[in-house]
Amino acid sequence: MGKFIREKRGFTIQLAGKAAPTVKEFEMPETVALKPTDFHGLYMPKVLVKEGDAVKAGTPLFHDKRQESVMFTSPVSGEVVEIKRGEKRKLLEIKVLADRQVEYETFRKYSVSDIMAMNATEAKEQLMRSGVWCNLVQRPFGIVANPSVSPKAIHISAFDTHPLAPDYTVLFKGQEAHFQAGIEVLKKLTSGAVHVNVHNAHEIAGTFSQAKGVELNKFAGQHPIGCVGVQIHHIDPINKGDIVWTINPAGVIQIGKLFLHGIYDATRLIAVTGSEVKKPQYYKTITGASVKKMLENNLNSDHVRVISGNVLTGENIGKDGHVGFFDQQLTVLPEGDHHEFLGWIKPAGDRKPSFSRAFGLLNFLSPNKEYKVDTNTHGEPRAFVQSGVFEKVTPMDVLPTHLLKAILAQDIDEMEALGIYEVIEEDLALCEFVDVSKHNVQEIIREGIDLVRES
Amino acid sequence: MEFLRKSLDKAKHNFEKGGKLEKYYYAFEALETFLFSPNTTTGKKGAQIRDAVDLKRLMMTVIIAMVPCLLFGMWNVGHQHFLALGQAASFTDKFWIGLIKTVPIIVVSYGVGLGIEFVFAILRKHPVNEGYLVTGMLIPLVMPADIPLWQVAVATAFAVIIGKEAFGGTGMNVVNIALTARAFLYFAYPTDISGEVWTYIPDKTAVVAGYSGATPLAVAASAIETKENVVTQFNQFGSSWGADGIYSFSSLLLGTQPGCIGETSTLMCLIGAFILIVTGVGSWRIIAGVFGGAYAMGLLLNLLPGGNAFMQMPAYYHLVIGGLAFGAVFMATDPVTATQTETGKWFYGILIGVLTVLIRVFNPAYPEGIMLAILLMNVFAPLIDYFVVSANKKRRLQRATV
Repeated sequence: MGKFIREKRGFTIQLAGKAAPTVKEFEMPETVALKPTDFHGLYMPKVLVKEGDAVKAGTPLFHDKRQESVMFTSPVSGEVVEIKRGEKRKLLEIKVLADRQVEYETFRKYSVSDIMAMNATEAKEQLMRSGVWCNLVQRPFGIVANPSVSPKAIHISAFDTHPLAPDYTVLFKGQEAHFQAGIEVLKKLTSGAVHVNVHNAHEIAGTFSQAKGVELNKFAGQHPIGCVGVQIHHIDPINKGDIVWTINPAGVIQIGKLFLHGIYDATRLIAVTGSEVKKPQYYKTITGASVKKMLENNLNSDHVRVISGNVLTGENIGKDGHVGFFDQQLTVLPEGDHHEFLGWIKPAGDRKPSFSRAFGLLNFLSPNKEYKVDTNTHGEPRAFVQSGVFEKVTPMDVLPTHLLKAILAQDIDEMEALGIYEVIEEDLALCEFVDVSKHNVQEIIREGIDLVRES
Repeated sequence: MEFLRKSLDKAKHNFEKGGKLEKYYYAFEALETFLFSPNTTTGKKGAQIRDAVDLKRLMMTVIIAMVPCLLFGMWNVGHQHFLALGQAASFTDKFWIGLIKTVPIIVVSYGVGLGIEFVFAILRKHPVNEGYLVTGMLIPLVMPADIPLWQVAVATAFAVIIGKEAFGGTGMNVVNIALTARAFLYFAYPTDISGEVWTYIPDKTAVVAGYSGATPLAVAASAIETKENVVTQFNQFGSSWGADGIYSFSSLLLGTQPGCIGETSTLMCLIGAFILIVTGVGSWRIIAGVFGGAYAMGLLLNLLPGGNAFMQMPAYYHLVIGGLAFGAVFMATDPVTATQTETGKWFYGILIGVLTVLIRVFNPAYPEGIMLAILLMNVFAPLIDYFVVSANKKRRLQRATV
């Protein structure tokens, strides 16, 4: 039996530009990119191809020097056109010019009964070689899972509460068989349970409600209740020494497709959202696709920010960027690089969303209004002020301010004691949004995680 | 506004790195961000949008919450003045007296305090913080109307330099700045800020026959000697000089009593508390804790056998006399010096209430307890937090061993 957890703490940011439940038919993007920076915990990615090489979907593009068996493979077939490096030759992205018709590397095809009979070593071997392994994320730290350990449990969050999040009933429609096959494979990897966490008030896709052999947990509440870290905290919290894995349903489905069809299939749906998108809807495309075709003649204005992911945890990728590996959403917002006369005190009425009800902020009176928000910071960085808001948007028994201060002081023992193992950036992303002192909370959390990991 | 923006943009390069006036960048920045909210945008990775609230708006909300106290205080300064002189006066006359006594104090407080803030910001190369916006208003509200302005200046300078900048600036101070200023005056110039100093009586002006400027706290404290019922004394107070019912419960609640400019009216403080709680800017736990703690301690003293007259005063009187309400609403809730954990805020608030009543009743030398109680608890706030945080760590450890 699964658990039922209700949480009052949290905050839903209502934004304009929610995706309509229509799906634009598949169109092959011009280029597709794989970005090592999307994966945490890589020691030193080593490129396995050269510019000009022809690759198939599933051909390894790079691997990490400390974990050479885990391949990061090309989502499509085509020609490697660019290997982009940054400062100190840091590998930023490998770009592939996509063929019209995808050619696949072939992997072993399994029937459902084959999957049942398969052992963990065999499963791992296929997962690592094909490139789907990197869907598995290890907690603590939110890094690529280490194949040599067996996690305490595997957690799947089957709903998304981020601003403008895609609807999973649209995203994973008709994927029951693939999802179930993926679950069967995952069950080989852990001695514990596979948890599928759904929201009590959302419509639950059949993909999840019909899944067999899983613990189905129900949650009620606002964002960040959809973050898998928050869910783990309530189901079975991570203690020092524990290792659990998390995976997005899209990853589970990709695993299912790999075993059932023997191919690395990187097609996926992406919700194109935001107030600057003319027609927000779902697009069928490829993991790491160039955003060009999705945004062509689809923007309301020119001065925009294109975000891979959602507005809380996403990344500014620019108008010719590529969608991140884990992202199933694009958000386009107006840029906010403008001054506002007496903006610090001018009553904002309900024009700007705010968690606070301080003077002139009246948006709490219209909770269902959808806001058009720009990227302005609305203030400058200041010293920490403990106004108690962090606690109100952190539905965990974690003291965010104290944890952040421990990180800034680089006190590893204190970080451990205050629960650094239980959080990654997304779990505390709302703190970054509500912070009156405008700290980069997520950046601080990652610094802390890296410190603990290296110690 | 266009013009203003353009001239700022034009002047800006002088203050930026390599400019002629580079040293004064943060002074310029403070002015610029006061006029225009900055055009900075969020970073490449992480939260791409930010809440519309910032520290300036938060501080401004506190100031707005203080406005009822300020306005009522101004009127009351005049009201007490004319009562003492035995003259009848119109609302406008009373308010006018209050205005000309109060505004100079506010000007001195902001002038001196902000001046020091700017100097330190330039010397230390950090942005000017908004914290002083609130402190600058709190200081006048806890001063007697008749305080010499130079004392306001000295106290403000002491509080900002020793109380705040010595500890590293805004956010680093251990004790409340405004209370530091008040405590400084109390210990440095006790004759000007204790005893019957609360009412503005110009030199060489005759007061009405039988006048007494004793505050309710002084009356209650003196009742220990006279062994008379405190409430009876309150109700009789003022009748000999034409100020009937000045210390009746309803007057005390409304605040028509002598005292610091802003602290006399419990009712206005409650309006302020309402604003702070509804906006979520002030901690309702602390405010409720102080009131609850004081009331509970008052009740406990009532129950003690053989208590003196002050101890037997009904507990709810503690909530309306002196500066308890003002301290609870505006001083104890200072987010920098209060406890930082939500659980800790309960302990912090309740202990302030309890200590206030204890000091009032058992320290006849200085019957106003809220100032010292808050300063003391400011010092102990980190200790309370330490216990709350330890409990959090302990829960995590216990979970691991189960």
